[in-house]
Formats: sequence, C-alpha cells, structure tokens
Amino acid sequence: MSKLPTHRPETLGGYIVHNLPFPKVLNEETLALLKQMSPIQIEQVYQINYLHSYGQDSPFFAGLTNGVFLGSRDPKTGYTYANPRGHDMFTGDETQWVVLPNEGTVHAFTVCHFGSEEFLPECPFVLALIEFEGANTLFLTRLMGVDPNAASLDWIGMKVRAEYLRNSKLKPTDVYFVPV
Amino acid sequence: MPPVVYVVSGGVSKFAKARPDKTFQAVVKEAYDYAIRDIGLTFEQFTELVDGSVASYFSDHFQRQLMSGIMVQDYLGLCPKPGHRVEGGGATGGLCFQEAWKSVASGHMDICAAYGFETMSHVETWKGNEFIALASDVSFDYPVGGFYSGYYAMMVTRHMKEFGTTVEQMAHVSVKNHINAYHNPYAQKRNRYTIQDIRDAPMVAWPLTRLDICVMSDGAAATILCSEEGLKKLEQAGAKIARPLVKVTGIGRGTDAMRMADRPHADYDTFMRHSATEQEKSSDETRAYYRRLWDKGFRYPGVHSFRAGRTAGNMAWKHAGLTDPLHELDFIELHDAYTSSEIQTYEDLGLCRYGEGGPFAASGKAFMPGIDYGLNLPEKPACPVNPSGGLIACGHPVGATGLMQAVFAVWELQGTIKKHFGDDRLQVKNARRGAIHSHAGTGTYVTVSVLEREL
Repeated sequence: MSKLPTHRPETLGGYIVHNLPFPKVLNEETLALLKQMSPIQIEQVYQINYLHSYGQDSPFFAGLTNGVFLGSRDPKTGYTYANPRGHDMFTGDETQWVVLPNEGTVHAFTVCHFGSEEFLPECPFVLALIEFEGANTLFLTRLMGVDPNAASLDWIGMKVRAEYLRNSKLKPTDVYFVPV
Repeated sequence: MPPVVYVVSGGVSKFAKARPDKTFQAVVKEAYDYAIRDIGLTFEQFTELVDGSVASYFSDHFQRQLMSGIMVQDYLGLCPKPGHRVEGGGATGGLCFQEAWKSVASGHMDICAAYGFETMSHVETWKGNEFIALASDVSFDYPVGGFYSGYYAMMVTRHMKEFGTTVEQMAHVSVKNHINAYHNPYAQKRNRYTIQDIRDAPMVAWPLTRLDICVMSDGAAATILCSEEGLKKLEQAGAKIARPLVKVTGIGRGTDAMRMADRPHADYDTFMRHSATEQEKSSDETRAYYRRLWDKGFRYPGVHSFRAGRTAGNMAWKHAGLTDPLHELDFIELHDAYTSSEIQTYEDLGLCRYGEGGPFAASGKAFMPGIDYGLNLPEKPACPVNPSGGLIACGHPVGATGLMQAVFAVWELQGTIKKHFGDDRLQVKNARRGAIHSHAGTGTYVTVSVLEREL
C-alpha cells in the first residue's frame, strides 16, 4: 500500500500572501484588536455555458435565418402576437404560426448610453418596440439608421422595415429594423 | 373578519454602495437587532417568542451563494424555527412583508420576523445590470440589449408621446426624493439637486439620466409582525411596544406579462370593467376623459402603464375600505426605481388619472410640507410620496427595499421618526394611514399594503 499524502500541495496561482498584519502575541487585548481589522476581499470567478432551448419558439428563429418574420395567432380569436408565443393568454389555446409584415412602426424607443456588461461595447444603441398592422402586441428590437445622439420623440410613429443578418446567430437580433 | 396583524417594530441597516466590513448575515443582524432593541427585549427573549420568519432576497448571482436565506436564519439564531425565502424581483421585499402578514393572519404564527437584504457590491455595476437584466426573457428580451433602464426609458418615451409628460416633470421627482433623503440618515444619497442638475447628469437611457435612476446598494431591513396573541406574549415578556399600535389593513397584489411587448392594448370597456378605480367608475367626467383618451389612441395597459400596480392598488384599497387614496392616505412609500416609474405609479394607484402623472409630479401634491425644495410648486402637499427619499435616494438593495418601506411606514405611523432619524422634518404630522408599494421587473409583480395606526 502506497503512502497516503499527509500534506496539501502548495500551488502557484491565485492569492499568495505573506505577513498579513497580525498580533505577534495573542492575548485578550490583541485578540480584541482584531475587531478593527479591515475586511479581506478576494476575487471569485463564476462562468457557465448553458445549453438553452428555444423549445416551441424554435421555428421563429429558423424563420429569421431565412428572412421570414413569424408571429403567433390564436386560431379562434385571431389575436396575434408579434413576439411568438406557444399558447394564447386569453383562450389558452395553442397558437398557429403566421407570417408578419416586414414593415411596421416605432411604438416606443430609447437610446442606451450605458448597459449590461455584455452590451457595453455596443453603446450607444437604440432599442425599440415595433407595432405591426394585423398584430395585437409588439416586438422588441434594435433600431439602426437613426442618430443615437439626436434622439427625438418624433421617432415614435416612424415607418420601419425589417433587415436580417446574413450570418444568422440564432438570436432575436438576427432581425433588426431601419427607417423606410 | 380576518385577525388583526400588527407591525410592532423594524430596523434598517445603513444603505451604502458597499458593505465589505460585514458579511450579508451580519448586515441583516444590524437591522434585526435594532428591531428587537426597539421593543426593549433582549435577543434571547425575542428568540424564545418568535414563531418563525420569512426571508427576502432577489438574486443568488450577486453573492455567488445559493440558500443565503438559511445562512441568515442560522446567523440570527432562528433555527430550527420555520422559515422560507420569497423571491419576486424588485417586489421581493413587498412579497416578503405580505407573506409574513399571511403567516400571522392565517393563525400559523403569532409572531413572525420578516428580513431582507441584498449585497450588490460584489460585482461591477455593469455586471449588476446584467444580472438584473436576466430578469427579462432570455430568449427574446435580454439578447437584444438587456438593460432595465432601457426598458423603463422605452415606457417613458411612450408616456411622453401620448400624454405630453416632460423630463422636467420627471426631474421634480428626483429633486423631491433626494431632498427628502437629506433628512434621512439611513439613505445612501443625501443631496440637494435642482431640476437642471438632474438633466445635466450623464445620460443613461434617453431620456433618463443617472439622477432619474436608483442606485445599487448593500443593505438590509427587518420588521416584526404579530397577532393580538403575539402582542400579549411580547408584552408579558417585558416588551415596550410603541402606542399607537400599527396594523396592516389592506393587502393587494398584481402581475403582468414578463415581456413588455406582450402586454395587452385593451379597449375602453375592458379597462373600465377590470382596471378602473371605484373613483374613476363613479365619475361621469372621468369616464368622458378616458373616452377621449381612447379616441386619441390610448390603449391599456400598453407599455406606459402598470396593470399589475393598478390591480394591486385596487385590491389593497378595497381591503382597507378606501375609495380616495390621495385624500385618505397620509403618505405613500412607493417603488421609485426611476423617476418615470414614480409618475406611472401615481396613475396606477389612482392618485391621479392615467395621463396626468406628469403634471401631478410637478404640482406639489406629492411633496412634504415644510421642506424647501427650491421649486415653485403650485399646489399644497396632499399625500407625500416617498418621504424617506425612496429608492432613488435611499438606494435599492433589492430584497431589503420593500421591507425598508414597511419600517419607515411604521415609524411614520408611530410618530417616532425623530427617535429613529434624529430629526423630525420627515415626520408626517398626525399620520394615521399610509401605504407601501413594491414593484418588480417591468411591472411583473406588484404589491401594495396599507398600514394604519389604531385610534
């Protein structure tokens, strides 16, 4: 039987510290002084790759890669969602796929000059909610072709049309909108 | 008739950009110990009496720690008593308060502690924005540029377009809340600003500037709820409970679709049937006002209004027997994550009609009396909103925020603001009834609770 290790190996990397201030003599007084110690802060890394499924919404993304903008419609009431949805929120019925028009109008917008870490390099960028003829709900998208430094409420109501990325990323940003 | 539920005490840690001096459990203990000390009990005495707890915190990501709630329960010496965590985005604190109310109202507990916290300083602000944005649909919303300030800015551009709301009206909210917080030692940002300061601040998401938006914080809050039986137990143990007693008289909650894009754009009849306040339904003039709005293209809730907030408000007012919140409430602590959302919430809560939030913000009705805001306000205060300074000035350590509102509301109703703040300028004189409002996501979960002092 081989000898079992009795010491944890000393490794390189991470934090290596020596001589952190600490009392030379440990007694009631010096131990109480430890209450005045500044906090020690270290870095911790948290990184994960998720395998995300679009589930019943997958055809929407397949549509974008083919330049087709799909929505969902309740077969009985005709209520139409510009952002796909597997079941209708009023009837509870399964929705059907419908092709939405490639043109719509800006319902609301903003220019993001700051953002989440992932999108900081893209600032400033324009977010917009688009409304479509024949659809009861909106679609969140990026609006291109407008000057982010000249934001104006006049953009609301502006006619816009869908453009598609040539190299699909299988994300909702595969479609974006530009002024007609 | 449901049993009476009292809120007898509360405590709040100092809200700060970062609290590296303590772990989250120890920060909660600051607030929890304060609440116990305030009723004159020792830690051991209270631990003996309390039946259980509810924990409130929003994100596991901020701390890279799952089950933080039980770590607090453990640190507070509450094990093995019952406890659970609630989570509902920004409304987590409000949900926690209501869960504690349920625990007592149901008879399950006589004394229940509600505590909440968030430790947001462990990541950079832009990473924090990313964590918060993960509370939007990760298939359709987050990948487009997930950023909550962006979502709220879209709401307000629509509000401005439909109703003529102005950035100066929004800035009135920021000036009010920051100057209120000047007198609140618990607040993170205690500054005197002008309208121009708000507009000159760096643009974050047009038209919202940095001073239109609350900040991330580290902080905690705790409150103690009890039944009449619980009150007896506490007082028999020697507790000195402040009189007048404060009780919960109204509870309301509402929800809405996660994706803002999916919100309905309903017609006038649907709005009147499901969402109009009793006051709106009973007024010929207001019904005509809404007819005119619909003729101009208004649809409800669209992206400019919070159906969840209106639902929660209507439910809470009905429970508390209120029909005119502006005149029947002495103050409101509401979830002003953005100046614009305070304006939207005025409308949801029926302080004014939909579309009138902008002028209401600049009218003076939501300001505190006796405080110089450096503004020319045309009307007298009617119902001060966010006398504490709200989220914009106090900070927004998410899980603590709704409970912080409850604590400040209890102190207002007890008339003990001077004792806790060392200054009585934020004491609403003779406050008899107040409301707290907690709000998540883009208006996905909203809670409203009414607190009232006994006569």
